[in-house]
Amino acid sequence: MELILDVLSWILLMGGAFFGITGAIGTLRFPDFYSRVHAGSVTDTLCALMIIGGLILQAGFTLVTVKLIMVLAFLWYTSPAASHALVRAAHHMGVPPVLLPKPDARSKTREGSSSKP
Amino acid sequence: MFAATCLALLAIMAIALVRAFMGPSVYDRILAVNMFGTKTVLFLAAFGFLTGRPDFLDIALVYALINFIGIIAVLRFVETVTHTGTGADD
Repeated sequence: MELILDVLSWILLMGGAFFGITGAIGTLRFPDFYSRVHAGSVTDTLCALMIIGGLILQAGFTLVTVKLIMVLAFLWYTSPAASHALVRAAHHMGVPPVLLPKPDARSKTREGSSSKP
Repeated sequence: MFAATCLALLAIMAIALVRAFMGPSVYDRILAVNMFGTKTVLFLAAFGFLTGRPDFLDIALVYALINFIGIIAVLRFVETVTHTGTGADD
């Protein structure tokens, strides 16, 4: 039983770390502000769920699990709200969304998609 | 197991810092700080498990609360400053 819990929490923790890193790389590489916010905040909830899920499996039925669930519930409420407020403020201040791909080397290969309005 | 998670979270925080320094507009920096704060909460929880000290979770909970308040305060500040045009770079 103990082995199953360990393996499961290993999978959850590594999955959470993986999604977190991909989200962070997405925040680094995306061309435009709004796609960066999407990449950054999408992982907030999923990465938090998997990592705290892995920790809950390790903690079992104790007070620690209650605290972990509180942390997770709070993260799930505040991080989307913070991202929404951030995007609304940015949009309100007129940050231009990049709709067409930037005319750099890659735009030659995707000529077909960028011609559409 | 927890050490690997802590290292991964540190890597995410480093990448968020790179975005904070590179970010052209002020909103990119706020996004990076928001990501940094959220990952700090997770790092505190994982590190608490690593060192076997359950009281780190209270700190993680408080940090999650303060991080959210901080982000909203900075957004409110940036919005009023750029509104009145006192030179916040954008």
